[in-house]
Amino acid sequence: MKLYCLSGHPTLPCNVLKFKSTTIMLDCGLDTTSVLQFLPLPLVHSPRLSKLPGWVSKDGTINLEKELKECAGRVFVDSQPEFCLPERELLDLSTIDVILISNYHCMMALPYITEHTGFTGSVYATEPTLQIGRLLMEELVNFMERVPKAQSATCWKNKEIQRVLPGPLKDAVEVLTWKTCYSIQDVNSALSKVQLVGYSQKVELFGAVQVTPLSSGYSLGSSNWIIQSHYEKVSYVSGSSLLTTHPQPMDQSSLKNSDVLILTGLTQMPTANPDGMLGDFCSNLAMTIRAGGNVLVPCYSSGVIYDLLECLYQFIENANLGSTPFYFLSPVANSSLEFSQIFAEWLCHNKQSKVYLPEPPFPHAELIQTNKLKHYPSIHGDFSTDFRQPCVVFTGHPSLRFGDVVHFMELWGKSSLNTIIFTEPDFSYLDALAPYQPLSMKCVYCPIDTRLNFHQVSKLLKEVQPLHVVCPEQYTQPPPSQSHRSDLMLELQPPPMPYRRCSVLGLPFRRRYERIHLLPELAKSLVPSEIKPGVSLATVSAVLQSKDNKHTLQPVPKPLPLPPSKKRKRVVEEPPEVLAPKPLLSGSVPLEAFLAVLHKHGITEVKVEETADGHILHLQAEDTLIQLEEDGTHIVCDNNEPLRTTLRDLVLRFLMKL
Amino acid sequence: PTGLYAVPRSMHVSLSISSSCSFSGAGQDVGRSCILVSIGGKNIMLDCGMHMGYNDDRRFPDFSYITQQGRLTEFLDCVIISHFHLDHCGALPYMSEMVGYDGPIYMTHPTKAICPILLEDFRKITVDKKGETNFFTSQMIKDCMKKVIPLNLHQTVQVDDELEIKAYYAGHVLGAAMVQIKVGSESVVYTGDYNMTPDRHLGAAWIDKCRPDILISESTYATTIRDSKRCRERDFLKKVHETVERGGKVLIPVFALGRAQELCILLETFWERMNMKAPIYFSTGLTEKANHYYKLFITWTNQKIRKTFVQRNMFEFKHIKAFDRSYIDNPGPMVVFATPGMLHAGLSLQIFRKWAGNEKNMIIMPGYCVQGTIGHKILNGQKKLELENRQTVIPEYEPGWSLEVKLQVEYMSFSAHADAKGIMQLIRMAEPRNMLLVHGEAKKMEFLKDKIEQEFSINCFMPANGETSTVATNPSVPVDISLNLLKREMALGGPLPDPKKPRTIWRASLRLVSPEQALKELGLSEHQLRFTCRVQLQDAHSDSDTHIRIYTHLKSVLKGYTIQHLPDGTVMVESIVIKVSSSPEEPNTKVLLLSWSYQDEDLGSFLSTLLKKGLPAALSSM
Repeated sequence: MKLYCLSGHPTLPCNVLKFKSTTIMLDCGLDTTSVLQFLPLPLVHSPRLSKLPGWVSKDGTINLEKELKECAGRVFVDSQPEFCLPERELLDLSTIDVILISNYHCMMALPYITEHTGFTGSVYATEPTLQIGRLLMEELVNFMERVPKAQSATCWKNKEIQRVLPGPLKDAVEVLTWKTCYSIQDVNSALSKVQLVGYSQKVELFGAVQVTPLSSGYSLGSSNWIIQSHYEKVSYVSGSSLLTTHPQPMDQSSLKNSDVLILTGLTQMPTANPDGMLGDFCSNLAMTIRAGGNVLVPCYSSGVIYDLLECLYQFIENANLGSTPFYFLSPVANSSLEFSQIFAEWLCHNKQSKVYLPEPPFPHAELIQTNKLKHYPSIHGDFSTDFRQPCVVFTGHPSLRFGDVVHFMELWGKSSLNTIIFTEPDFSYLDALAPYQPLSMKCVYCPIDTRLNFHQVSKLLKEVQPLHVVCPEQYTQPPPSQSHRSDLMLELQPPPMPYRRCSVLGLPFRRRYERIHLLPELAKSLVPSEIKPGVSLATVSAVLQSKDNKHTLQPVPKPLPLPPSKKRKRVVEEPPEVLAPKPLLSGSVPLEAFLAVLHKHGITEVKVEETADGHILHLQAEDTLIQLEEDGTHIVCDNNEPLRTTLRDLVLRFLMKL
Repeated sequence: PTGLYAVPRSMHVSLSISSSCSFSGAGQDVGRSCILVSIGGKNIMLDCGMHMGYNDDRRFPDFSYITQQGRLTEFLDCVIISHFHLDHCGALPYMSEMVGYDGPIYMTHPTKAICPILLEDFRKITVDKKGETNFFTSQMIKDCMKKVIPLNLHQTVQVDDELEIKAYYAGHVLGAAMVQIKVGSESVVYTGDYNMTPDRHLGAAWIDKCRPDILISESTYATTIRDSKRCRERDFLKKVHETVERGGKVLIPVFALGRAQELCILLETFWERMNMKAPIYFSTGLTEKANHYYKLFITWTNQKIRKTFVQRNMFEFKHIKAFDRSYIDNPGPMVVFATPGMLHAGLSLQIFRKWAGNEKNMIIMPGYCVQGTIGHKILNGQKKLELENRQTVIPEYEPGWSLEVKLQVEYMSFSAHADAKGIMQLIRMAEPRNMLLVHGEAKKMEFLKDKIEQEFSINCFMPANGETSTVATNPSVPVDISLNLLKREMALGGPLPDPKKPRTIWRASLRLVSPEQALKELGLSEHQLRFTCRVQLQDAHSDSDTHIRIYTHLKSVLKGYTIQHLPDGTVMVESIVIKVSSSPEEPNTKVLLLSWSYQDEDLGSFLSTLLKKGLPAALSSM
């Protein structure tokens, strides 16, 4: 069993497990932090951005002023933003049989894996994961395609040139594998390969392996996966949460007794308490609005935004913000809000029971009904006429490089009355803001990451007790910025097996047994004999049938009767049919008792000769030798078939037949 | 032979149908569904329905059939409800709260949401309006629902260590499910009511090739092969249109959930297309709520509705308004959907009584009517309704009550049950080993049974009321095989085909041989019994030629055996070694040395006898 690690990002994993002749990809996360190296894509022409100076090396030898622009001391690539893809050279992607998706954030690289690579397998995901994943992909494509960039910068990727660029561009890794966004055709084609699964559904892969998604508590439809055969169990834990937010709680007990547990997707903010962050979020929001400023919340279109809206639903009345407009801008805003209401089965108990009333599970339905929350596909169209300030705007993309958020940054960035509140933990807010500097607007950083922290995960592991744990190497040491915090890492016995991008790990277990089925007719024919107390033994002669990786033992078919037309002159000489083999023999033949039996059968003239291993009996009258040994008997008898068979039966009397 | 320890066992799955179904001549009648399955030592109750045609004890299943006294908790491992129709869940609070059952009750989320509402609705009609006693209370419905565990589609629910259940989509009504029950390698699939063709709001039933030991299928439409849905819809619209055009009123008695929504979608689109002005009403309360359930459980509807729901929710109707009792006497044409569907009580009966006298009006019955209900009577052409004996349900009667039926009565089967074609289709999908038909009329079931047995060569049962069918199953015995042995045996079959490539038939016949490992593990030593036999024969050839001659001879005599001519000259038949030698003095007198182990005793004995007879002269030496 081997694990191929195609992504180095601990929360956007992409691993491939080879297990029992199946090749299973676990998630295909897309590392979008690479877009931070690029200039924002403005929706309307931005004089500020277009006037940024180009970059020329200090000595003037390298001139990349067309490709690279400088802003507040940092250099950005002026090109369509690109993503860092999972490793595609480590193994042949066309050999992948299935891809298991754990949540909608971890599937964004799917079109890169399934399209134009020869991939012919299928993808398994829950229905909310598919639907919301589709929305996020459509949104991404839309963000990119509505402001196409004519030029594409490639010179800076040259190794020699990249070496002399200023940081952090200099330190960007794998830049040659970076790719621009996929097309909507690729998205549709990739998603058409998804097969829907429900929690605790047992899915058979080629009859060899069973995979089962379990609720992971992190987002709508998010799952951990069990990959098991009859004797081996691998748990794949990715993006799990023990907090009570909107999704169904995490199923922990089903992870018990794993041979190997692959652990990814822990919180990226191990020191930030989500509840505290939510409180900060609300108070900062209220403070800005009261002062007459606007609030910008860069966020994904699904996930924590549901919790933010629910929190605000309770908060705005008390905080006297009832008349403040809340806007949610995204090409998929409407769909995201609508979809969230129809997945009752995937929600926490509290929300589920609302549907029985019947009421929508999320209160944002009421916010929309009372016109407190309005959603628009983009800043163009209806929004421009409805737009009132001061207001709160939720919009993407959280990287601040594309999407409607770019427009609001340009619009509001110059006023210190306004506030931007970061809630998504995926991007460093300083890096995100870099191309907008200098900024006057207030920045508040309230990253809300509900995924497991180190304290929760060590408690979880104590409970489910896997034999071995595999995790990204980042989890085996404290974060670089807090190197003294030894509590911010995994400490386990035996120590976890770390992986990094391009690692290939041999997973430590050996398969010994396989499940096989005896057909009832065969089972009935078995005659078990008790060899030792509690241990019975039966010999099985059967035909092994292997179909769909399932093995069955069938009774040996009876030979067909010979066709009657065949001439059968020498009936006697008909060779014996291929019969079930004779029983196994065990035990030994005691000399004295055997001699006595021979005597009884009229064989009296026996000369016994002692040898190193036993005795040789010479039946003188019959001219026959019997060699008696501890673990064998050899009868040498010529031309006397009746005698030979008699002797055979006498020997057999002393032996145990199995 | 290998170290496999197995004790064969044989098992039975018995099915007890503890429900009665009564049928009218038209075969448009449903009884109450309540099936008891015993499988692998587990007892499962499938559905717990009530009979709408009775208002006495016969209404509920006879639970004394299960236990003479006491609660059902000890006897039942779980109860599964397939969908929210009262003939499938109506007796649930009676069973759990009045007879007594505290174990788990499984149903899908939509069923869990809607079922208590229908139960409460029914309770109100029965107790509050008709004043019946000995019926379950509102609190009992609530307590009963607390015992319900929701089921998701395709989720494998482990009821206990051995019993697992899995739900499949059944169409029929919102949240309807088929369910697979599995204990070890034995399994039963129960369909509940299902529908194999998608309609305007639901998808078609689907199940994987799970090869259950028994498939229990409803057979309501056992012999019908229904005409296309489109025709029926066109017919329905034509009739409504004609009546409205001539200024008549159309009454459509429906259950609040299910057909009602399908017909609303149908009328809504027709009204839009034809630019019709006549009002369409839906009786309020329950039905408004019902549409809301459809919106929230949109994932359970058909693909088209699911795909477009963000842009346009099909259950937000523009033309269909809430009905008020005061509209009954409004002049002019109108179309009214009113509950309940069998005209046995409530608003639909009230409207019917007002409109029945006018021949311009029309009543369209879109589904079954149980025997004894007014719906059933008028469908059978009864023109004068009178008070009959008290056992039939005519709830709102006054002494001397009678009514002339002048309005037009139409029956339109929109009921989403599988027809004969659909049942056969499901059998093809699931590939059961045995078939069991329930919920149908004996004569029609007989016809279907013959058809099934002919086409699929499987046993088909159709137990009558209170009858128990026992079906013997043949479970295979799972054992552990050492991977080494398995690989060794598989390797004998030559290179394996790619196990991931589906191949229609791939059979490798391999013989298993004895693994010494078993004995070793048991601490036993094997005892080798060998025989050696010298045979003399005259053969005027060189020793090596004799070897070849023996080889050729045996090849022709022994078919189906492995015969080898080894490089050192010896001939091997299976594991029997034959060596030829001769003395220089008598080169033509060959001594054959045969040596075999007890495993090859039969063959060895045969060979020694055979070779004693010498080799045929005609054998070529090459």
